[in-house]
This record gives sequence, structure tokens and C-alpha cells, in this order.
Amino acid sequence: MRLINIKPGPALALFLVLLPFAAVMIAYAMGSDIRLTENPSDKLLPAPGTIGDTMMRLLTEGDRRTGRILFWHDTWASLQRLWLGIAISASVGLVFGLLIGLFPLVRNLLSQFVAVLSMIPPLALLPILFIVFGLGELSKVVLIVVGTLPFIIRDLSQRTLEIPQELLVKAQTLGASSWVIAIRVALPQVMPRLIQAVRLSLGPAWLFLIAAEAIAADLGLGYRIFLVRRYLAMDVILTYVIWITLLAFAMDWLLRWASRRVYPWAEEGL
Amino acid sequence: MSFVTVRDLFQTYDNRPIIERVNLDVDEGEFISIVGASGCGKSTFLRLLLAQERPSRGEIRIDGAEPAREPGLDRGIVFQRYSVFPHMTVRDNIVAGESFRSGWGRFFGEKSRAARERADRTLARIGLDHVADNYPATLSGGMQQRLAIAQALAAKPRVLLLDEPFGALDPGTRVSMHDFLQDLRAETGMTVFMVTHDLEEAFKLGDRVLVFDKPRWDPHDPSRYGATITYDFDARNGGIPYQTLKEASHVPQPA
Repeated sequence: MRLINIKPGPALALFLVLLPFAAVMIAYAMGSDIRLTENPSDKLLPAPGTIGDTMMRLLTEGDRRTGRILFWHDTWASLQRLWLGIAISASVGLVFGLLIGLFPLVRNLLSQFVAVLSMIPPLALLPILFIVFGLGELSKVVLIVVGTLPFIIRDLSQRTLEIPQELLVKAQTLGASSWVIAIRVALPQVMPRLIQAVRLSLGPAWLFLIAAEAIAADLGLGYRIFLVRRYLAMDVILTYVIWITLLAFAMDWLLRWASRRVYPWAEEGL
Repeated sequence: MSFVTVRDLFQTYDNRPIIERVNLDVDEGEFISIVGASGCGKSTFLRLLLAQERPSRGEIRIDGAEPAREPGLDRGIVFQRYSVFPHMTVRDNIVAGESFRSGWGRFFGEKSRAARERADRTLARIGLDHVADNYPATLSGGMQQRLAIAQALAAKPRVLLLDEPFGALDPGTRVSMHDFLQDLRAETGMTVFMVTHDLEEAFKLGDRVLVFDKPRWDPHDPSRYGATITYDFDARNGGIPYQTLKEASHVPQPA
């Protein structure tokens, strides 16, 4: 039998899914064990048990000075920035994507401009953002917007252009105005693609968030990681990294679930 | 004065003539079948009728009105594919035929309820009432085309344009779609233009069959000349034997 025709059964499928996770964990445990037997005060690869203890401490114990559990405050601060940035990007991107995709006049006006804008490396703008918007929340949110908006606009305008011409003509023969075509035909057709674009933007959004927090913040997941780096507190860093990964994965899963739920007619493998 | 008047119609893409000097008069209520080889400007002619494109020269008038500059309510269209809105349920697709012309593209309150009831009656008549809440993607090709035709008719166009509407259907479904279309036509008396590749279908359904072909042919430069109407057959009963050969459908009919 050819390899391309061999499909795993349910048990093997589950095993295959879990295998790489288990492999990484085992490899880590082994590496950590080797280093720790050589030098018990090694800080580079803390034992899994140490990480577990640190995790419990971070999640439950308050800060010695203020009594706040910093872990949750960091999470809340970061998520606020992230959601605000993504929400602004998504809504502005949706409007401009539709405008560029539907109206040739706007397309001529903006599509090349957006294409050039999207080539600016957002992190190179970070100093400007700090200078213009100060070191507060605004500059971090703006960095996420700057980093994700051009992609969302380009993606959505492309998706709008891909709506079959037949549907737009059909709507016109039913007497629809440009406005009605925009809100009743184009908008619902690109909504699942917007969710798709947001899912793809989440990675860059986290990147820009952590970069901004690393440079100037007093709270946030990225800030904490870069703070404890000075003490080589690998157990704390790893806890935060695992937590960020889980958050990102949960968001991605949630968006996919919402898209399937709300737009059941869009069956392109979301 | 004829209902649809086509005068000296030319269409040229990048100096390549597609359609040359087409003249046509069609009376209200006539069913016009358009046949011809691929690339002979049938679909271009339909797009011109639809006003999706503007001709390089000449004009098309419906009921003496000024030539249209863009598709509008007076011309309904059914394409071979992508003719219904995939993001709306079957019922909403029919309602859209009435509601798209309003400011928000939808009805509210009492008006919406009335439109839904009308849509349900339409669906019952075309045998799609059992799938009213489904999305079109779950329907078979024949059901989707029936929906597309009903949707186009819900907007009450003056001329119905069909671009190979049954091209993707299997022969059995095709025959039942013919009956469906003939019933609708008898009911509405609508003027119809249908582009098709199927000669039998063209003669069976049409009152007239127009053949598009290139009257002049340059063997060294085949795209030198465009196509025009080379034959205009009378296909009404008695004119052509095909009309008397209407299939006694052994095919299950839509309820």
C-alpha cells in the first residue's frame, strides 16, 4: 500500500498528536536532569518539578510589597492591550478592505499606498511611537495596530475582490445600491475571512505586544519575562512562556469555533 | 415598436472585434434562444443585454427607454453558477429579490413577515419549501438553479436573461427544469433570452433561435472579424419539428 493511502485509526491518531509534545517534554526533562546532576545550582534548565512549584507560587501568592498576584495583573494588562489593538485593526481593516475591494476609485486611491505602508517594519517605528504617544498604554496599542492593520486591509480587500462577479451583478439586477451590496453581499461574505485574518494576525500581535512591553512598561507578560531575565529566573520565564502559548492557542481555537458557529455556510476549511 | 430593440451593436476588446453589426427586434413575451460555437460572442451579447458592459457602438433599448448604463431591476439574470447568495438561507434568497432595492437591503417588522410569507408560497410552488431554512450549498444543482430563477423573478424584471442556466445539470434534471421554466413562462409571459450550447434545448424552449457566427473569416487572422446573428429561426409550434417532440417526462417531477 502506498504511504499516501495509509490513514491512522483513532487511537494511533491520538498517539501521533501527543507524540511531539511528549517528546519535547521528555527531551527537556533529560537535558535538565543531565545539567542538574553535573551542577545542582544550574539555572538554565530548571527541573520540571521546580517549574511546577514556581507556577503554583506565581499563580497563588501575592507580591511581597503590594500583595497583588502579579501573574494575573500581568495577564490582564497584556490581554487588554492585545484585544484593544486587534479590535481596532479588525474593524478599521474591515472597513478599508471592503472599500478597496468594492470601489475601483478607492482601490486606485489606496491599494498601492497600503502595499507600501505594509512594508514598513513596525518595530522600526516603535521609537517614534514612544516619542509621539509616550510610554503609556497608547503606544503599545498603536504598535499592535500598525503591525497588523496593513495585512488585514490587504487580505480583506483581496477577499472582497474574490467575491464572484456574478453575485455582485445579481445583486444589482435585484435593485441593490452600492451600500446594500456592501452590507448585504460583501460584508457577510468577508466576515469569515476577517476572523481568519485575525487568527493569522494574532502571532504578530503577540510579538509586537511583548516587544513593546519589554522596552517600556510596568506591568504585562512581556515586561515580566524581560524583568526576571536579569536574575536568570528560567522557571518564571518558562511559566510565562507556557501561559502565553496557552492563551494564544485558546484565542485561536475560540475564533475558529466562533467562525464555524456563526458562519456555517462558509465551509472552506476554517 | 418592438419591446427590445438592438441597433447596430458592435463590441470590441483591445481592437479585437467580438460582435459586429447586430440588429434585433424582439416582441414582449418572446422566448429567444441564442446558440453558437464557443467564443462567438453569445455571452458577450448577453452581458450587453444585461448592461454589465457598454457596447463600443450601437445601443440596446428596452421598451424605448434610454440604454442602461449598469445592471438594474428591469433585467433579471441567472448564471450557470454563483447565482444565489451562499450566505443566505433559501428563504432569504427569495426575500432578497424584493428587499435588496430598499435602503438597508432588508425588511423590518410587518413588511418582513409578509415578504417571508410570500417567499414561502413561492418556495412551495417551486418545490423547495422543505429546505427553506437551509443554505444553498446543501442543495443539488437543479434545486439551486430553480432557486436562482425564482429569486430573479421575485424582483419582477421586464426581461429575464439566462446564461447557460442548465449547462451543469444532468439530462434528467434538465428536462424537469425545462418544464419548470415553461410553466413559469406561461404564468408570467416574460420576455426571455437564453444562451445555451444545447440545440435541442434551444428549439424546444425558444420561440426564436438566434445563431451567432462569424460571417467573414480570415484564415490568417481568425480574430480579425467579429460574430453576428447569421440565422434567426422561427421555432414556434409547427415551424420546427422539435417543438412537437416535447419529451413525455418519465423523470420524477418536482412536487
